[in-house]
Amino acid sequence: MNGIAFLLQTMRIAVPYLLAAGGGVMSERVGVIALGLEGLMLSGAFGAAMGSHFGGNPWIGLLGAIVAGLIVSTVIAVATLRFKADQVVVGVAINLMAVASTRFFLRLVFDSASNSPRLPGFGGEGAMSGLLASFANPVVWLGLLSLPVLHWLLYQTPFGLRARAVGEKPEAAASVGIAVPTLRLSGLLLGGSLAALGGAYLALDQHQFTDGMSAGRGFIALAAVIFGRWEPRRVAIACLLFAAAETMQIQLQGAQFVPSQFVEMIPYVVTIIALAGVVGRSAAPAALGKPE
Amino acid sequence: MTPRLRALAEQLLPLVVALLVAAVVGDVLILTFGEAPRTVFRLLVEGTWGNPYGIGQVLYKTTTLTCTGLAFALAGRAGLFNVGAESQLAMGGFAAGVVGMLLPAGLPGAFALALCVLAAGVGGATVGAIPGALRARFGASEVIVTIMLNFVVLALLNWVISAKLHVPETLHTPPVVAGTVPRLSTLFPALHGSAANGTLVIALAAAVVCWWALFRTRFGFELRAVGLQPDAAEYGGVQVPGVIWQTMALSGALAGLGGMNFVLGYKGYYEEGFAGGAGFLGIAVALVGRNHPLGIVLAAVLFATLSQGGLAVNALVPKQLTDILTAVVILAVATAVPEVRRQLRSAAAQVRQSVAGTTAEKAS
Amino acid sequence: MSQSGSAAAAVSLTGIVKRFGGVTANSGATLTVAPGEIHALVGENGAGKSTLMRILAGTLSPDAGAVSVDGRTVTGWSTPEAIKAGVGMVHQHFMLVPTLTVAENVVLGMEPTRGWRIDRTKAITEVAALSARTGLQVDPTALVADLSVGEAQRVEILKTLHRGARILILDEPTAVLSPPEVEELWRVLRTVRASGGTIILITHKLDEVLSVSDTITVMRAGTTVSRFATAGSTASDIARAMVGRDVLLAQDTPAPAPRTVSAASSAPALRITGLTVRSDRGTEAVRDLSCVVYPGEVLGIAGVEGNGQTELLEAIAGLRAVRAGTVHLGTQDITAQTVRDRADAGLSHIPEDRHRRGLILDYSIADNLILGRQHHFATAFGLETARIAAHAEEQVRTFDIRPPMPSLAARALSGGNQQKVVIAREMGRAFTVLLAAQPTRGVDVGAIEFIHAQLRAARDAGKAIVLVSADLQEVLALSDRVAVMYGGRFSTVLPRAEATMEMLGRFMTGATV
Repeated sequence: MNGIAFLLQTMRIAVPYLLAAGGGVMSERVGVIALGLEGLMLSGAFGAAMGSHFGGNPWIGLLGAIVAGLIVSTVIAVATLRFKADQVVVGVAINLMAVASTRFFLRLVFDSASNSPRLPGFGGEGAMSGLLASFANPVVWLGLLSLPVLHWLLYQTPFGLRARAVGEKPEAAASVGIAVPTLRLSGLLLGGSLAALGGAYLALDQHQFTDGMSAGRGFIALAAVIFGRWEPRRVAIACLLFAAAETMQIQLQGAQFVPSQFVEMIPYVVTIIALAGVVGRSAAPAALGKPE
Repeated sequence: MTPRLRALAEQLLPLVVALLVAAVVGDVLILTFGEAPRTVFRLLVEGTWGNPYGIGQVLYKTTTLTCTGLAFALAGRAGLFNVGAESQLAMGGFAAGVVGMLLPAGLPGAFALALCVLAAGVGGATVGAIPGALRARFGASEVIVTIMLNFVVLALLNWVISAKLHVPETLHTPPVVAGTVPRLSTLFPALHGSAANGTLVIALAAAVVCWWALFRTRFGFELRAVGLQPDAAEYGGVQVPGVIWQTMALSGALAGLGGMNFVLGYKGYYEEGFAGGAGFLGIAVALVGRNHPLGIVLAAVLFATLSQGGLAVNALVPKQLTDILTAVVILAVATAVPEVRRQLRSAAAQVRQSVAGTTAEKAS
Repeated sequence: MSQSGSAAAAVSLTGIVKRFGGVTANSGATLTVAPGEIHALVGENGAGKSTLMRILAGTLSPDAGAVSVDGRTVTGWSTPEAIKAGVGMVHQHFMLVPTLTVAENVVLGMEPTRGWRIDRTKAITEVAALSARTGLQVDPTALVADLSVGEAQRVEILKTLHRGARILILDEPTAVLSPPEVEELWRVLRTVRASGGTIILITHKLDEVLSVSDTITVMRAGTTVSRFATAGSTASDIARAMVGRDVLLAQDTPAPAPRTVSAASSAPALRITGLTVRSDRGTEAVRDLSCVVYPGEVLGIAGVEGNGQTELLEAIAGLRAVRAGTVHLGTQDITAQTVRDRADAGLSHIPEDRHRRGLILDYSIADNLILGRQHHFATAFGLETARIAAHAEEQVRTFDIRPPMPSLAARALSGGNQQKVVIAREMGRAFTVLLAAQPTRGVDVGAIEFIHAQLRAARDAGKAIVLVSADLQEVLALSDRVAVMYGGRFSTVLPRAEATMEMLGRFMTGATV
């Protein structure tokens, strides 16, 4: 097997994880549990399909994804920040809502139960050339840059310092005049947009929206956030590891050394193990899940 | 307002709000599809409660939802989130199906059924106990572990079925030979054709037992104490870690029982993907049923009606309409519950304020 | 009450009203502070001091009344506005982010930047300079999580001063400090005053008030009741104003009749040998501590909070793991027993935090009255509801819990009545040893007398009592022997007759015999 091809495919598979996990890090670092990543990705994919289809241009697709992400994160923000609804319940509801409403609107807008028509995407097609061509795709670069940029944002800028303070001890942040709800809102909106871009990548890469196309990637991203201890650089490594496992599974499909189901389990199992031992509770932002 | 009345309002008001919001959202969505809301809602009611088959299907769906709702609620009373009912349900159904498949055909029905019930419970409990134990022992978040475990367990079952157990050309196991649950139509012929079966009785019995266990036993006293104030429970001699893993196991067992509905009561075999989101809907059921067994049965009926109603209206609007409404109800209840509590408590406080003021004046 | 609010007042609060749900925290409070003074705001726990100061600092908004600072009306302002106007508050519970460094905490919200980035070097230099100028020594690059309590408080003060505070509010700053640290704090405060700052000091400790303040305002039950110049006031003047009637200060209280207990005449009810216990942070909170308590005596434990008292009682009660040593109840070794078995063996425990541990606030009075003994009120067929109800009726009557409605949630009761529920449960049953932690914290004067009477009656009935209280006067008023806890050990154990406040104060600093 070609090492470079392996690396390229891993990166390509990692892109949606990197974006969604970036969204997860942002959301959880300001103290809101990111259970809705799956729904955000799916909504983002649908938004991208709408934008790309009606705008006739993948860039408008990206805009559509961001709009979808902003709408969904606003719902999350209103429920959890304004009304202090339980964040786990809201996350589950958002995921159900995304599945149901993308299907509903798929029928309303594209009159199909399963997929959108072919969409304008980035780059060309074809097998191996497509693999390389995907690096002409700006979303790939967004994905590769998202977590390093997030690291810089969280650890080098005033916004990041404040965000970390808010997620760790909101009352302390409030006592020095930081507007905690506003900061959390901006974290959620930023995070939601990132996760939605992760979804957009899927729709634009496959040149169509298909029903349920996020396919659990939001949860793998969440696993990466936890496995990476909420630190952008570690989270990026977790995303790449999970993507590498997936690539291996695809490449080994014919060989059947290990049933594919066991490879699928890897991200979840290592996260459970990490939660039970290595990571522990202390690594999570202290105010995670608590309304102010 | 008396405290009792206030408590009742605190329970019911969020539901009223949620149903109103859902009705409005539903109207808007139906209108975007160019249909008349009234026609669609009438079709929804007629297709569910308007004919015996519809009623039977609603009762069938109520059964699974009651089980997963109870599962979420029991954990919720102990302050735990069991987001894993989906895989516990699947494992319960799988265990019941495998035991039913392996039992000798001649076994007396009641005995075989008892073994299958046990298998379903143990299957679900096993999956529930893992996050419970990890939480109790290591403090691992049960929310995340149950979510992750859903994927692991479903993948595992997928592998067992596809690699070892399936009937060729299908995704299901060989049929159950002993321990099937009779259809309700054997008692009520009108329900003929619907999937409603005796598991409903088991689910209702589970609700009664849950109520008794929660509010009338020492275990329930301690379980609720752990949920409300774990430090106070510990002070009160409760073995908090023990209660946590036991509760998660029981919660998993309740979800597992729901697996019988499809496997033993309807199809007679375990089939890949039969849970179909009923585990997650259990969260909605428990939320709307306010974590109370009676409320859960009623909420299960509501969501079963919505789910069956979606099929009834599919000719006019996509059946996902009712799924959207379900999600809207969850969001609205989750949002309204804390808000209503705040409003009512501050109103009550103001009343108490003025009462206290007048009595203080009298006293001085 | 003095109403001398001149235009020159640094702070003037008039007719402040603030309610939280059913609780009125402030009801018409009025406070005037002159520029450049140290003003003590005193009152019992729950008198409404912190609420009033949070209103001044912009954390809370008043329901009625006016706030003005430097003659400008600022009623209902926000925290950022208050900070901008030079009003800063050092909270009782530190408002510090443990995962950030000292410098990051100090500059949080007003970070020096270079481009888009935080200028770390500048932040550290600024904090170090301020630290040197004020004498508040602390390493700017240390993580706050690694600091001692005293250091964390210094960071809090630095943080406030860094924001240009000229009016500095300190909420119970000495609760966590040892006496030398307190002296250090006073020195800092005097420096701040000398450079033109105004300080408002919230406290309920009279000695502090007399030693450091210029002016005193007394609060009681949500309102301000008196204002004194410190010079010329006595402790009993202030105490009288605090409780609203003449009180016997502990110094004046006759010592309880000395009880002559000896190892010969009776066996100890509680014996602790070589006990070592760790705190939540993993440090040794109790070190190799040994003591005995005899039937019919009260062992009072005094000490600055955080010297291991909490951990000691939790370890005896079975709520905290014992690293080394043994605990005997009578002749029975209970070191490895569960909480439940200890209770059944005759150990009662009034925990220091009734809202967290002592009560399940959403449970009824009746259910709270069986907490910890639920296994005595249940059969294989479930809880014995009739017996639980009858038991509650009886206890509510005996301990005068009001309102006398056993089905009412504990949350709905006043602090004093909540504590009576705990007392009824722990003392209304057979026991040989009682652990009483802060038994009168946050309860009204009437309930305090009731609780003290209960404790004395139990002692006279031959029970052994371990009393931990932050209130030295309470310790002296109730104990037969007084121990002082410092750094996880008893620095002394004295018969009550030999103990004086002055002496205890010295031992609380760690002095040894």
